[in-house]
Amino acid sequence: MSKVLVVTSGKGGVGKTTSTAAIGAALASCGEKVVVVDFDVGLRNLDLVMGAERRVVFDLISVVQGNAKLAQALIRDKRVENLSLLAASQTRDKDALTEEGVARVIAELREKFDWVICDSPAGIERGATLAMRHADLAVVVTNPEVSSVRDSDRIIGLLDSKTEKAERGERMEKHLLLTRFDPIRAARGDMLSKEDVLEILSIPLLGIIPESQEVLRASNMGAPVTLNSPMSAPARAYMDAARRLKGESVEIAVPTERKTLLNKLFGRRAAA
Amino acid sequence: MNLLSFLSRRQTAPVARERLQILLSHERTIVGGGSDLVNLLREEILEVIAKHVKLDRDKVQVKMDRGNAVSTLEVEIEIPTGGTLKLAG
Repeated sequence: MSKVLVVTSGKGGVGKTTSTAAIGAALASCGEKVVVVDFDVGLRNLDLVMGAERRVVFDLISVVQGNAKLAQALIRDKRVENLSLLAASQTRDKDALTEEGVARVIAELREKFDWVICDSPAGIERGATLAMRHADLAVVVTNPEVSSVRDSDRIIGLLDSKTEKAERGERMEKHLLLTRFDPIRAARGDMLSKEDVLEILSIPLLGIIPESQEVLRASNMGAPVTLNSPMSAPARAYMDAARRLKGESVEIAVPTERKTLLNKLFGRRAAA
Repeated sequence: MNLLSFLSRRQTAPVARERLQILLSHERTIVGGGSDLVNLLREEILEVIAKHVKLDRDKVQVKMDRGNAVSTLEVEIEIPTGGTLKLAG
């Protein structure tokens, strides 16, 4: 049975697109059929993070408006079988997304894929509400920082009121993904702890992604961090989160960078 | 920064946590409602009043305060002087 997952946060810059790409690639490498869909019309970036920016011909809007068939707009990942991308349009504005059009495209994607992962734009406007509209479950991406936690709280309110599932009177499944977490600063009392954020937002924890230079290195290369450096701490954390989404029970821990003696002696090696 | 001032430096996370808890208890609306409840109430109240009285949309304030025992809903509507009262029929 296919699942529609929205990756959302309210606040911008907390890691929605990074998380969409990383979790999408992680699920696909477990053998699931996955499509990642960029809902950030006008400010698309998922194509860039996935390294497919030069392969976009048709996009979500072309399909919504009937100018292209879904099959023409889907971009298959060159690294992982089972992983596809549906890009957002860079030139059109959000009003080009109609509610009926989005519903039709999501329904069609459900037939083809096990996971439809919608990368929400920041904010609480139309683009964000359309991205969450048809979701079965939500991943709320939050940084351990006051403005991000406040905005996540607002988004949780919208997930519980503005989605189809909520309107049918069903409970929306929500998961917290704590990103850019620094265990040392949290232990020192200078960063909100996992317990603090969980107590304030009171939704179950999907994973903790440690702050890491590997995330920027991966986006520089145009690859999800789970593919670019699969053994790195953030990649392992995303991989665990993906397994939890699949229903496996994996203990939650903050992975740390594994430093070999050579790493310690010579610092980080340059990108290969 | 010397060692003493480093040791006596106050942890900031507990402050963040407390500020958030106070803020969000205000921002979350009364039990069961979505977080847009205040806006929804504002729109519907406006609609009803506007049927009978001409008013400026910006002059309508709806505030919700959540207390431990009771919550209060405060509605403040400013009607311009000489605002015409239409007959409700």
